[in-house]
Amino acid sequence: MPVTFSSGEIAAANERCSRGISVGIKGVSIAFGGRTVLENFDVEISAGEFVAIVGRSGCGKSTLLRSVVGLETPQAGTIVVGNGAERNGKPDVRVMFQDSRLLPWRRILPNVMLGLEAALIPRAQKVLAQVGLAERSNDWPATLSGGQRQRVALARALVHDPNLLLLDEPLGSLDALTRIEMQQLIEDVWRSRGFTAMLVTHDVAEAISLADRVILIEGGRVALDEVVNIPRPRTRGSVRFAALEERILGRVLQRRPMVEAQW
Amino acid sequence: MNQGQTTFTKKPNHRPSMLAKQALPWVVPILLLIGWQWASSAGILPSRFLPSPRAVVSSFIELSLSGELWMHVRVSTLRALSGFVVGGGVGLLLGLLTASMHWAEILLDTTIQMVRNIPPLALIPLVILWFGIDESAKLFLVALGVFFPVYINTFHGIRSVDRGLLEMGRTYGLSGWPLYREIILPGALPSILVGVRFSLGLMWVILIVAETISARSGIGYMTMNAREFMQTDVMVVGILLYAILGKLADLLAKALERYWLRWNPAYQTAR
Repeated sequence: MPVTFSSGEIAAANERCSRGISVGIKGVSIAFGGRTVLENFDVEISAGEFVAIVGRSGCGKSTLLRSVVGLETPQAGTIVVGNGAERNGKPDVRVMFQDSRLLPWRRILPNVMLGLEAALIPRAQKVLAQVGLAERSNDWPATLSGGQRQRVALARALVHDPNLLLLDEPLGSLDALTRIEMQQLIEDVWRSRGFTAMLVTHDVAEAISLADRVILIEGGRVALDEVVNIPRPRTRGSVRFAALEERILGRVLQRRPMVEAQW
Repeated sequence: MNQGQTTFTKKPNHRPSMLAKQALPWVVPILLLIGWQWASSAGILPSRFLPSPRAVVSSFIELSLSGELWMHVRVSTLRALSGFVVGGGVGLLLGLLTASMHWAEILLDTTIQMVRNIPPLALIPLVILWFGIDESAKLFLVALGVFFPVYINTFHGIRSVDRGLLEMGRTYGLSGWPLYREIILPGALPSILVGVRFSLGLMWVILIVAETISARSGIGYMTMNAREFMQTDVMVVGILLYAILGKLADLLAKALERYWLRWNPAYQTAR
């Protein structure tokens, strides 16, 4: 689905480019019922950066994301969101979950408007148009496909013009084609708006195609912190892409690089 | 390749048409009615046991023309509805309270579950002693009976609201009343409406018994009064009225469900 921006929108986007905020995670430990999920975990994310967090299921990547937004409370450590110098005090942090979590009893537009005053309806409509669902604004969520619901969830997060967008495997349940479409959409809005993004995913290719930096969590710690130096827009077929994917996957699966194994 | 071609010729339509579909449910009642009328006319069914349908209809017309019928219907409906409003309202509020506040559940739920096991109608002797055969006696009985289904289903509805939606609401800064209005109440509504529908049925049952035992007006009184004079036709009119009013209450509840739960694919009218 092509996403187009008018020149006015691009100008507005450039103005907003400073929206992103930094996230500082220092010495965070989280345990559930005696089982340590994160241990003395440190990560620094700079403003406007797109960071992908990968790892096997149960490695604590979702827990990390949830603790940034306050849905989990770490037993130790500090999480600082923003540097306290934001224009209107509290930074705006939004989450996109794996399931869309739309309110089934609200039509699409009111879902996007959740927590907003009625005066902001035009803005909500504009964002809905941006995700390509302007004509569905009066429908019930139950009538939308999974991919469309995730686009509504994205619109709901974007309406707030967040400083930090947390994506908790938001594309995990979508089919391959819809995933690629959604990845493009997310990259486009991230580039135009300049918020900080943290994406949790178990799809290494998705992480590489979207993120500036890929962090691998293993045993509750950072096992790999890799800067993705591939110019955007990234093509999955490219050699550098494939090499990086192979390296990260190899690390996840604890095997030696293919190159050595073959010779 | 022509031989392998599949042809889709339309077979003669065996599906019942819309009219037949709507008429079908009425076939059995109408046959019963005809049989009943025939048995009465033939003298197989003496009128002191069961009047003929024709006698029932003429008695219905007579009673409604004199206005007596409407007076009783109005009194009964008013009793039923006010009992429903009081009992359902208290059940809803207490259900919301105990499901939302942990201390309220600990304090009240055991008591409510104990009282629930007492059939409201078992209280009739006590209630007559307390309230006489006054309006308040009927109101109390109906309210008490209606309270429990609404209470239990409200409690259950609130407790089973999708955790994921609650979490999402909190990340969007909703708390207190906005969280209630946007997520908790709509999420509990399907279950609450089940309780309401159940209560509406129970409401008539309790009122019928209460009016039959102790009343000076209302459909139950009219029916019991007719018994004293062996007016079987009036008795049948009263019984049929309860059936109609019960059905009306159910239709009302269904309409509410269809309106309030129109977002739910299960309640969207099939086409």
